[in-house]
Amino acid sequence: MSESLVAAAGLIKRFGDFTAVDGIDFAIEKGQAFGFLGPNGAGKTSTMRMIGAVSPITDGKLTVFGLDPLEHGPAIRARLGVVPQDDNLDFELTVEENLVIYGRYYDLPRAQIKERIEELLGFAQLTERRASKVEPLSGGMKRRLTIARGLINQPEMLILDEPTTGLDPQARHLLWDRLYRLKQQGVTLIITTHYMDEAEQLCDRLVIMDKGKIVAEGSPRELIESHSTKEVIELRFPPEVEQLPLDRLEGLAKRVEELPDRVLLYCDDADHTLLQVHERGVLPESSLVRRSTLEDVFLRLTGRSLVD
Amino acid sequence: MSTPTALRVVEAHARVYRQTWRGSIISTFLTPVLTLVSLGIGLGSLIDENGGPGGVPYLVWLGPGLLAAAAMQTAAGDSSYPVMAGIKWTKGYDAALATPLTVEDLIFGHLGWVGIRVLMTAVVYAGVLFVFGALDFASGLATLLPALLTGMAFAAPITALTARMQQETGLSTLFRFGIVPLFLFSGTFFPIDQLPDWLQPVAYLTPLWHGVELCRGAAGVPDSPYFPPWIHIGYLLLWIAVGTFLAVRQLRRRMVK
Repeated sequence: MSESLVAAAGLIKRFGDFTAVDGIDFAIEKGQAFGFLGPNGAGKTSTMRMIGAVSPITDGKLTVFGLDPLEHGPAIRARLGVVPQDDNLDFELTVEENLVIYGRYYDLPRAQIKERIEELLGFAQLTERRASKVEPLSGGMKRRLTIARGLINQPEMLILDEPTTGLDPQARHLLWDRLYRLKQQGVTLIITTHYMDEAEQLCDRLVIMDKGKIVAEGSPRELIESHSTKEVIELRFPPEVEQLPLDRLEGLAKRVEELPDRVLLYCDDADHTLLQVHERGVLPESSLVRRSTLEDVFLRLTGRSLVD
Repeated sequence: MSTPTALRVVEAHARVYRQTWRGSIISTFLTPVLTLVSLGIGLGSLIDENGGPGGVPYLVWLGPGLLAAAAMQTAAGDSSYPVMAGIKWTKGYDAALATPLTVEDLIFGHLGWVGIRVLMTAVVYAGVLFVFGALDFASGLATLLPALLTGMAFAAPITALTARMQQETGLSTLFRFGIVPLFLFSGTFFPIDQLPDWLQPVAYLTPLWHGVELCRGAAGVPDSPYFPPWIHIGYLLLWIAVGTFLAVRQLRRRMVK
């Protein structure tokens, strides 16, 4: 545990009677991109806020940079960058002024802030909008500005809470590209997300949280291997079919999942299995063969029911 | 050498103000001019025919009281909606607390900035009074510190109240039933011995009355201050101290969860 940037053991966060984080253990190593996945209300944001030394832990043990956040909050925060879920920028001010004020919170000298701003505006592709007020910027630009702001103090670790929620695909890909670059530069990234493709793109290691607990941990590949099969066949049936032919599919796949109008077969050789399906006389409206993804793991572990 | 943490918050407020001051500059000057023309000179000419309070022209008597009231209004304005914005609307407090700054820094920095704003208001007000001939230069300067004390005696508790408030409708209630009645009945426009007997002790409790008395005393208006100055000063300091303590406590409860 000595080398870990963040280490948690039996970490608990309660708000009154409600337990948001229920005894979790994890370790984040230097240079890693570490993901926290989970449905809404899984405890991701509460965990981020404790790591960010803005929310006191209720019980258990947590160290960040080897320090106790309760005692060394300001020292920890000086070395961190935080990109919160909402862009809490000052909309009345310009792009540049937002960065200057934040830099001054860290007590960076004005000359150094000026230099950093040049770099960061280039990095965030906002150089041409430097004198623009924040208000009229697009969602993607605001997000990039929030990330640039979080980098003003050249943090060793950047915490991103759902960095691409609400962005269009172009903006998301640009952002992933920027985050990947940061990782190349050796910045440790902690990311929460409920987008599985994002986690697969960015994270070296991740944990899946559900109802305050960690239900799985590993690299995206490891998680798929240990919690799902290589491939998935999706068989779609017309809505008028009253009884899905589950009995005839028995024994064909490692796991069979029944959904409205659809049956999912989890198997390792999809083409072969699909042949067998046809041999047994099951004729779906359409069939789709695809690789297993983190989303399959996620849905299996956290359930398909809607969380509000 | 590092910049004291609360001072960084003052600097941030100043940078925001540098971008936004134009919106309020006209009203900053116009409000005292219009109020003094209408009440000090217009109404004052009627009052002076019957002999005004303190045996001086009504404008001279009214001026320092209005200055204290303006200090209160600036402090109340800057300690209510902007604090609510930091907590709820722009969430600037969340952003600041992710840096090395603490809740104490936010409160002390905020109050420090409000102090500067109160002084700015007081300087403008005293300047306008000077131009109207209601104050000489030295007594104009002498009113600034009492005005600052008056403003801060409102800034600190209102900050605490706002930090506690869930809905912004509470703020309009505060102004309608708190600030406006104080403005009208704290001896600003007429001496409180004109109030019904049972209401006079209530006026003693309001920080504005003490601020008004101090400002009048500093401006050299006869019969002021009502009590020895240290009583007025002590009473205002008490509001500042308790208000600041509560403001830190309330904001911590609100922000550090």
